[in-house]
Amino acid sequence: MKRNAFALAIAAVAAAGFSGAALAQAKEQFVPANFYWVGPYAPGGSGIAGGMLDYFKLINNRDGGINGVKLTWEKCETEYNNARGVECYERSKNKGPTGATLIHPLSTGITYSLIEKGTQDKIPIVSIGYGRTDAADGRVFPYVFPMITTYWSQNTAKVKFMGMKAGGMDKLKGKKIVNLYHDSAYGKETIPVLDAQAKMYGFQVTHIPVPHPGNEQQSQWLQIRQINPDWVILRGWGVMNPTALKAAARAGYPRDKIIGVWWSGAEEDVIPAGDAAKGYIAAGFNVSGSNYPVVQEIMKHVYAKGQGEMEDKSRIGSIYYNRGVVFGIVTVEAVRKAQERFGKGKPMTGEQVRWGLENLNIDEKRLKELGATGFMQPLKLSCADHEGGGAVKFQQWDGKQWKVITDWIPADHKLVRPMIEESAAKYAKEKGITPRDCAKEAS
Amino acid sequence: MLYREAGQFKSSYAEDQRIFPILQDRIAFWAVLVFAFAVVPAIANQYWFAAILTPFLIFSLAALGLNILTGYAGQLSLGTAAFMAVGAFMAYNFELRVPGMPILVSFALAGLCAAAVGIVFGLPSLRIKGFYLAVATLACQFFVLWALQRFGWFSNYSASGVITAGKIEILGVEFDTAAEKYLLTLAIVSVMALAAKNLMRSETGRAFMAVRDMDVAASVIGIPIMKTKLLAFAISSFYCGVAGALYAFCYLGTVEPEAFNLDLSFRVLFMIIIGGVGSILGSFLGAAFITLLPIFLNLFFGAVSHLVGVEIPHAWLSNIELIIFGALIVFFLVVEPHGLARLWQIGKEKLRLWPFPH
Repeated sequence: MKRNAFALAIAAVAAAGFSGAALAQAKEQFVPANFYWVGPYAPGGSGIAGGMLDYFKLINNRDGGINGVKLTWEKCETEYNNARGVECYERSKNKGPTGATLIHPLSTGITYSLIEKGTQDKIPIVSIGYGRTDAADGRVFPYVFPMITTYWSQNTAKVKFMGMKAGGMDKLKGKKIVNLYHDSAYGKETIPVLDAQAKMYGFQVTHIPVPHPGNEQQSQWLQIRQINPDWVILRGWGVMNPTALKAAARAGYPRDKIIGVWWSGAEEDVIPAGDAAKGYIAAGFNVSGSNYPVVQEIMKHVYAKGQGEMEDKSRIGSIYYNRGVVFGIVTVEAVRKAQERFGKGKPMTGEQVRWGLENLNIDEKRLKELGATGFMQPLKLSCADHEGGGAVKFQQWDGKQWKVITDWIPADHKLVRPMIEESAAKYAKEKGITPRDCAKEAS
Repeated sequence: MLYREAGQFKSSYAEDQRIFPILQDRIAFWAVLVFAFAVVPAIANQYWFAAILTPFLIFSLAALGLNILTGYAGQLSLGTAAFMAVGAFMAYNFELRVPGMPILVSFALAGLCAAAVGIVFGLPSLRIKGFYLAVATLACQFFVLWALQRFGWFSNYSASGVITAGKIEILGVEFDTAAEKYLLTLAIVSVMALAAKNLMRSETGRAFMAVRDMDVAASVIGIPIMKTKLLAFAISSFYCGVAGALYAFCYLGTVEPEAFNLDLSFRVLFMIIIGGVGSILGSFLGAAFITLLPIFLNLFFGAVSHLVGVEIPHAWLSNIELIIFGALIVFFLVVEPHGLARLWQIGKEKLRLWPFPH
């Protein structure tokens, strides 16, 4: 008798859970929130998730949705694991009245796994600031958007910064640079473009891998001390970053000669390193700070109502949180643009949002309306160019916060774009894909 | 009452040597196969194929491989994921570099490459046993991953080291939907499971079990220890290699060497421990437990929080899942150390007596 009742209870819970999820209202735009809140990369994942979902709540509360279409979402834990990421994608792609709007995998590995699936299912894979760099060629990768800036672009911006500090790009000749990278798909992506630039400008580059997860770096930093380079590029992720800074302090390497990529440049990367992190420089396509109007609006319309995502309110305005807000802004603006063409006030399908992304044009005027001037850079995408921005700002950690030390430094598109097109053409040949003709599709 | 063999007489040697001597077993087995091949493709949706059934089958095959080595031959190995990686990358390379290579031949050749690697790293087994052999196979795990990352040839010199598997085309039929990939995986796994079962019932299998139980006595009665142990490594690595190739082609579509890390080796080991070492059915049960339980817990807790109305912080949910998963593993090992296959066997024994307790 007891056993039957127990089994019945389980069945009831399961049925209720599934039926609850199936209740779909007509005017909703579903966005999967497949991020990671546990594991070694949780600070990044939870920060970005919090920023994005808070921005969606702001749009729902303050504006009533996008022209009346409210945003909905469902969280799924991917644990930064490819198989879990694929499973979360399969689970979430058909939810909502028009299926998933687009997907932010927040992991280069998961992006790679989803490229073919997203293209087949016609759901845009938006990998802002990460992902497969050669997908910036939208003719070969119609549904993949490595937006704002790809790894290769920001790498050229870093070299420009080094040139700036040295007094001119010609002064880079003969300098020594070490590329300390996380030994994963993400970490290895910039090796070819660094080699190309080394040939172009005459500097020497040494690539030193750090095996995942990166909390053992003694031998690497001893090697760096032997080389004694002019600059170290820190291409880390998660716990590798503070470990690198502490190891650099122990090896006696000055931290203001270490330049981190934007996945190594957040508060969570430097605070655990304590004093060892002072002077460390990192690139970023968004800045920190909570006194931007858009963040203030979130405080007013979301947190004042007790609906905010972040339990630790001091994280609002941090780099990862603001990055999540940027993700949210891009998503909402793309849907808004799609609605302009395919019907204001109607939920958009993935294919329509793809058009919205390709015709996205967030200029300075729009940034002012959104309250995000200086928060992110103006974005303009096209059918062939799925990147859109390409510029980064550099900021330096002073022990308490990130201080921006440069303006937007653009990438070297003349060097990077041909490499992207070459790599994309190789992929197209391997897979038997016919590249789209953007001129024909212009509409 | 239902599960009696009264009236079933065997009148030929073939009938006597069947895998399933009891008629009811045979009926149940064929029912499961017909269900898997014919009914599931009709009723399941893409999520079930792509995220639940195909990975379950692939890990069953890998667990089968490890069970042959550890369960039947007694050689403890932590290099399972490395053999899967070899299979995945070599299948990709055969498909890429040999024009017009049939995909099944690629899988078989990839398995043979994995078998070759298995033989090389199985050589320590001739000198050391048990825990120490596990450490030696750990070397295989790390070495294979290092080699795949260091030598660009394996990933066709791609910048990130990630390979994307090509299309699957057999006799002109393209297998590109999730349902078709599921059927292909199911077919390959069924054939290889049947081969494994018959292999373990044959002289080879008996030699493996003799080496497992007491290798000195086995060598005394004339079983060649070196050949037997290396054959166990070869066959096991072949199975793991084919599982790795299926993982790349039929499941994820892209793989990087990091996907086949030590974590995966341990997962497969846990699958056979929970499922039952030395049992073919145990590989399937263990794989089902380890691959499906986390998803089930995820959905269950989602439903609970939906029902109760309280939004539990997402990080809590993920951590609770991990806690429950670990607790269930400990529970099962305490309740039945011989694994789920033994529980199944006990169930069948009780069914023979049912409804009479004596």
